[in-house]
Order: sequence, then structure tokens, then C-alpha cells
Amino acid sequence: MSVLPVAPPAASADTEPGPLRLVRTTLSRIGTMCLVELQKLRHDRTELVTRAVQPALWLIVFGQVFTRIHAIPTGSTPYLDFLAPGILAQSALFIAIFYGIQIIWERDAGVLSKLMVTPTPRVALVAAKAFAAGVRAVAQAVVVLILALVLGVSLTGNPLKLLGVVVALMLGSAFFCCLSITIAGLVLSRDRLMGIGQAITMPLFFASNALYPVELMPGWLQVINHVNPLSYEVDALRGLLVGTEATITLDFGVLVVAAAFMITVASALLPRLSRG
Amino acid sequence: MTVPAVRCTGLRHAFGDTVAVDGLDLEVRRGEVFGLLGPNGAGKTTTIRMITTLLPAPPEAITVLGRDVARQRTAVRRLIGYVPQQLSADGTLTGRENVMLFARLFDVPRRDRRTQVDAVLDAMDLTEAADRSAKTYSGGMVRRLELAQALVSAPQLLVLDEPTVGLDPVARDGVWDRIAAIRAATGMTVLVTTHAMQEADEHCERIALMHRGRIRALGTPAELKAEIGPAATLDDVFRHNTGDALTTENGGMRDVRAARRTAGRVG
Ligand SMILES: Nc1ncnc2c1ncn2[C@@H]1O[C@H](COP(=O)(O)OP(=O)(O)OP(=O)(O)O)[C@@H](O)[C@H]1O
Ligand SMILES: [Mg+2]
Repeated sequence: MSVLPVAPPAASADTEPGPLRLVRTTLSRIGTMCLVELQKLRHDRTELVTRAVQPALWLIVFGQVFTRIHAIPTGSTPYLDFLAPGILAQSALFIAIFYGIQIIWERDAGVLSKLMVTPTPRVALVAAKAFAAGVRAVAQAVVVLILALVLGVSLTGNPLKLLGVVVALMLGSAFFCCLSITIAGLVLSRDRLMGIGQAITMPLFFASNALYPVELMPGWLQVINHVNPLSYEVDALRGLLVGTEATITLDFGVLVVAAAFMITVASALLPRLSRG
Repeated sequence: MTVPAVRCTGLRHAFGDTVAVDGLDLEVRRGEVFGLLGPNGAGKTTTIRMITTLLPAPPEAITVLGRDVARQRTAVRRLIGYVPQQLSADGTLTGRENVMLFARLFDVPRRDRRTQVDAVLDAMDLTEAADRSAKTYSGGMVRRLELAQALVSAPQLLVLDEPTVGLDPVARDGVWDRIAAIRAATGMTVLVTTHAMQEADEHCERIALMHRGRIRALGTPAELKAEIGPAATLDDVFRHNTGDALTTENGGMRDVRAARRTAGRVG
């Protein structure tokens, strides 16, 4: 047998970590979890393809038809160009919600317990999971964007704007992943969560500007649209990718605050989830 | 006086109306292999989850190597290597990636990570399989992989919840042999739960028999057997202390389901 690592006689700092330490640990854990997500993606590339089927249908069928019949007025932007960022956000939304649901499976399999017995504060663990969902969403976005290019959507090539796209997707995914962890922490069972997950994703999608411009919505839907973080994600993606008019600063502001808020709520519910 | 590895004083935990741990006192000495035995539903896992900070414990109720579990959670977590009752390795990662993840989560310094990961994989005889997806591992290999994950941070206390449940006899021996070797090489304390009497008899230095949330008997396997009478086996000790609990009147659906899940492979 080779030499096993032996613990140093005096264990390191015995006091609970202060705020600075907490930030450092959180950043380090986010890095670790994002790396693991990349490793998983490398092992299972087929999933990227199978998960591209649905957005592809939206773009090819829905997008092409509605472009042809000019049913939805989108000004000087072709409808397909208008739609592409919306579908991008939709596919990221589905991935993030599913990622949150997965935590119930991780609890049942003991994986969550094991993660929670590492020196990782709850908030760091949740933030790390949230941004790992983002990594998956970004990888998926690459596939969807290539498809959009093939269909003739004119997308930006500006690296700064593309970086903005990545950030918007990460923040949006973090929010929705933590939303679904939060719901998991409330309902505690996989079956109930699956139902709720399905019941909220479509309304979130339809009550956003992903498919149609805000001006076309009835008043009550516009109100919902205004409190739906998905709309801010779509607005940012659309502005950056196809150059429509967008309130970029507001969009990112809302996304940052929403993600931070949801990470906090989800980490408060994590102990309840792991106990249940 | 040396600090015990684990000390529990009047430990209690209830899930709603079910009292899982009911005034438990326990002391695990440094460097020993300590077995926590009991029938399904005795409260072993609940006790383990309290010691490992997964369930809340009141201040002063539990110390791990002198640290209060309620007040010094992070410090306690750093000292513990934990293998839960379920087979919990990540099937979508390779064996090496599974171990590397825990090296990172325990802040093993970058320069030591690779050698430490290699060392624990080697100690668990997983070097050859290290770059295969953990999905392809047998139950025994998954358990050894989990031991590697728990060991990579050089813990001082190794906590194993039913490490051999669902494994075939050869794989069981494989796991116990590794545990013995780890102990010999590092001198770390091992706290292990099981309901396999014979395994406890062979591999644990001291045993606590748990039933309905309390310790009913404590001592070395030889002492416990001697108390019952000549030629007694640990099974007899077990029956003597738990009545006919072996028929698991206490273990409901939940326990059976948990045991089944453990027996399955990782997904
Ligand atoms: N999350 C939970 N919610 C409600 N009841 C629980 C929960 N976890 C355990 N229990 C109950 O608490 C009691 C003790 O359970 P515990 O899992 O600690 O037993 P155990 O000794 O580990 O049993 P086993 O050998 O089956 O693993 C049982 O009656 C069990 O049904
Ligand atoms: Mg148990």
C-alpha cells in the first residue's frame, strides 16, 4: 500500500470563517463545481444534442412559420432573429429548473450529505451549484446559437457582447436553478417537484417577452412580464445578440439582484431539504 | 487526559413524533475502530448525522476531538471523512474525478492534490479503474471509491454508515481489509455502524449496541459475549439486548426502502 495522507497534528483554524474567508471559499467552490460540470459534459456529449431538439423545433417550425406569415410585428428585425434569443433563454431555463430538481435525487443518493460534510458553507454550496447550472446552460447555448446561424439569423461577433451573453445566461440560470432548489426545499419530494417544475416553466416562458414583444401583451400580462426575471434575461440576450433596443444596465441589475436573492433563499432552505 | 474522538452526552433527536435518538451517551476513544450496532430503525444513521453536523445538535451535546459540533461546524467537518449509508459516488464522473472533487472541496493544496489523489486511489486498489466512469464500478468498488473520497483530505475521524450493506462476502472482506489497513497506516479513529454482528465481532475493537435510540450494551466483543455466558455469540448478545428486534418490528417502509437503495448501484 502506498503512503496515505496523514493529518497534520494541529488542525487549521478552529474558529468559524469570517466574511472574507466566506467570499474566498465561495469563489473557490464555484470554480470547483463549474469544473466538475465541464467534466460531466465531456463524458456525455450526446446530452447536448438531445437537449437541442426542443429549441431546434421552436426555431425551425415555430420560427419559420411565424416569420413567413408575419403574424408578430417585430419592426425591422426579422421574426426569427427576434425569436432566437428567446429560445436560447428558454433552453437555459429548462436546464436550470431541471438542475434544481436533480438536488432531490442527490439528497436521496447521499451525495448531498457528503457535500455538506465538507468545509463548505451552505451559501457557497448553493452558489456553486447555481453557477454549474449556468455552465451547462452556456454549453447548450453554443449548440442553439450554431443552429440559429445555420438558419440565417444574423448574430453579433463582438467578443465583448458575447461575454455579456455568457454572463446573462449564467445569472439567469443561477436564479432559476435556485428557484427550483427553493421549491425542492419546500415540497421535499421528487414527484411533487417534477409536477411543480413543469407547472411553472411554461407560464414563466409564456409570460415573458421570449415569443412576442411586450407591446403586444394585454395589460395584466405586461405586469407579470415586468416581474419575470426571464424577460430581463431575454431583453439582454436580444440586445446583445441581434442588436435590438434593450435596457442592458437595468437587465443586468435585475439579474444580479434576483440571482443573489434566490441563492440566499435557497441556501436557507438547504438544511431542511437535506433533513427531509 | 486525552480528548476522546467523539463524545455524545444526552443526545436526542425526534422526527415529528418518532424519537430516533433518545438520550444517547457515547464515547469513542482516539485511534480505535468503534462499532455502533443495532437493528433497523435503532437510530444509528440519525446519530451519525448529528455527529457529522448534518442534523442540528444542541451546544455541548457532541464534541469531535474536543470541538463542539454545534459551535465549530466548519472545524469539525475538516476533521471528518464521511461515507453515507447509500452508494453515493457520482456515476457520471470517473473514479479519479470523484476523488479529485473532494480533494478540492477540502482545500487540499494544489501542489499535493495529484499525489494525494493517486495515493488514496492506490490504497483502495482503484488505480487501474481510476479513469473509468464510476457507473461501471461494482458495488464493492464504489464503496472503496467512497473510502478514497473520504480519505483524500487526511481526516482524523472516519465515519462509515453501514459500509458493507448490500455487498457480497468477498467485497465485504475487501472493504474491512482496507479499513484495517488505513487504521494501521494512519492511526485514525474509525466509527462504523452495522447490523452484521459477525463483522463487528471480527473487526471492531469496541462495540455499542443501540436499540430504540439508546445504548443498551457497551464493551469489547469478548466482554459483551462473556456477560451473556460461555459460548455466546454476538448474535446472542444482540437478541438479549433488543428482544426480538431482529424481526424488525421497528423498521418501517422507510428503512426497508433505504436498505434497498443502498444495495443498488450508482446511477
Ligand atoms: N428523515 C426522516 N424523517 C422521519 N423519520 C425518520 C427520518 N429518518 C429516520 N427516521 C426514523 O427514525 C428512526 C431511526 O432511523 P435511523 O435511520 O437513524 O435508523 P438506523 O439505525 O440507521 O436504521 P437502518 O439500519 O435501517 O439504517 C426510524 O424509526 C426511522 O423511520
Ligand atoms: Mg441507517
